[in-house]
This record gives sequence, C-alpha cells and structure tokens, in this order.
Amino acid sequence: MAKIGVIGDAASALGFKAFGLEAFPVADAEEARKVLHRIAGEDFGIIYITERFCRELQSDMAEYTGQKTPAIIPIPGVDGNFGIGMAGVKKSVERAVGADILFGGDN
Amino acid sequence: MARLNVNPTRMVLGQLKKQLRVALRGHKLMKDKRDELMKRFLDLARENKKLREEVEAAMGEIYTSFSVASAVMSPELMDEALMYPKQSVSLGVGSKNVMSVDVPVFSFETSQPEGSGIFPYGFAETSGELDTSIEKLSAIFPTLLKLAAMEKEANMLAEEIEKTRRRVNALEYVKIPQYQETIRYIQMKLDEDERATQTRLQKVKEMIAKDAIEEAKERDREALEELHSKKD
Repeated sequence: MAKIGVIGDAASALGFKAFGLEAFPVADAEEARKVLHRIAGEDFGIIYITERFCRELQSDMAEYTGQKTPAIIPIPGVDGNFGIGMAGVKKSVERAVGADILFGGDN
Repeated sequence: MARLNVNPTRMVLGQLKKQLRVALRGHKLMKDKRDELMKRFLDLARENKKLREEVEAAMGEIYTSFSVASAVMSPELMDEALMYPKQSVSLGVGSKNVMSVDVPVFSFETSQPEGSGIFPYGFAETSGELDTSIEKLSAIFPTLLKLAAMEKEANMLAEEIEKTRRRVNALEYVKIPQYQETIRYIQMKLDEDERATQTRLQKVKEMIAKDAIEEAKERDREALEELHSKKD
C-alpha cells in the first residue's frame, strides 16, 4: 500500500497529520525541495504541496509528470490561495490544446 | 524540402514507396489518437477545474477553523493534541489505460482503532473548532483524492497529447513530403536514364546502319571496279 505525503509549512501540515497522512513540515522552499526529492523516491502515491512552496518548485515537480506515481498536487496553504493550482490546470490545457480555451471566457 | 540522400535505383524506390505507405498510415493513426486524447482531455480538464475550485474553497474553510482553534488553544496543547495521529490512511494505487497512457487510479482506506472515531485527542482540553476542522478535513478528503487522480491524469494526458501532436506534425510536414519528394526525384532520374539509354541505342543503331551502308557501297564499288577491269 502506498502512502500519502503532505509538504507544507508547519501550520498547514499539522491538520493533515491529525487526519493520518504523513506530514512533512518544512520552513522554506529549499527544504521543501529536498524533502520532495527524498520522498518521491519512496513509496508515495500522492504528495500534496502547499502553494507557497509550489511556486519555487515548478521545475522539480515537472520532473515527475511523466511518471505514474507520485502525483504531485498543489493545495492551498494556511496563508491563502495563490491560484497556483489553477494555473497548473490552465497550463496543462495550454500545453495540450496550444491555447487556453477553458479559462479565457470567465476570468 | 530537402530530399533524402539516397541512390536513385529501382530498389530504393520500392523501399521508399513502402516507407511512404507506412508513414501515411502512421500519420492517420496518430491523428486519430490525438483527436481522441483531446476529446477526453477536455472533459477531464473541465471537471478538474470544477473540482479544484471546490477543494480550494473547502480548504480555505478548514484552515480558518484551524486558525481559530490554534488561537483559542496554546500552541503546546495543539501540538500535543495532534502529535500522535490515531487514524492511518493507506493508499491503493491501481492503473488505468487511457489511449495507451498508463494513468494511476487511487483508492484509500483508513484504519483506526475500533469505535473510537478519528480524533487523536480527548475532548477535555481541546477546543471545538479543532474537532470541526478535522471533521471537515475528513469530509473533503475523498474529493482531495479524486482531485489528485484527476489532475495527474490530466497532466499525463496533456504530455501525451503534446508528444502525439509533435509526431503528427513531424510526419505531416517533414517525413511524408520528404518521401514524396525523393520518390519523385528517383522516378524522374529513372525516366531520364531510360530516355538516355533509348537515344544511345538509336544512335548505335544509326551508326551500325551507316557502317553497313558504307560496307555495301564499298562492295558495290569493288564489284564495279572488277567489272571495269574485266572489260579492259
């Protein structure tokens, strides 16, 4: 059975820990990057990362896109929603279609 | 368009024609694959967007109640309460084949000691907001999981679409014209050779005929001379 990891600042990760996921509280993006690469090699099916760190880890996250696992998913953190997760959806649409056809109309 | 650097022979022509047939067939298949992938991807992306909006809204609420909880409780108490999770979540990873892209399918199982709920702490020293936020989190978790699976699938499909589109374009705009050009070139070259051979043969035939005429004339002249000398 695979595990689910959460990488985020301590405040965001705490709640997930209580729920029974494996939380990795980190202080900055550099630490988050290290943790990400370390646990990506382990038996993690999904890794949620709070958006604050996602911004600086884009290229690191892209390394794992082609693999089946882990699925690295940005989630909003305690400090709010930066729209990075949405930007990811938008980006994949742009990549596939060549133009943004989902978001153009309504925002 | 540059043609391929090959010898213009009949054998190469045959090979190229075969390759062109394969390329055309491949092109058609790839194009179909791209279209189907695109169809699935668009549905997926639309749903993905909706789900993400939902999750992001719910997460906001959870964090709000967490913040309230941590404001009411001392940080030490909070840490203590959440330090040892009672519940553990394990994830099943299956796989699904979407147009020959291997995408993961997630399922999860929570395990906890019998009949004790998910709260890893006693209710005496913690605030009610903490209970609410953990409850909310467990309510949103299946959606969060669905989002993960969907987003992963969308990302993988997007990558595959990009790859397939490149292949389609490479075949359509590079490979196929190249083959066609080369085949035309070889055909023209072969025709040219044939014409050259034909004219050469005609020339040779002419020369042979001329020689034969000369020879005949020579013989005639000799015969005439002989005749004249006999007369004399």
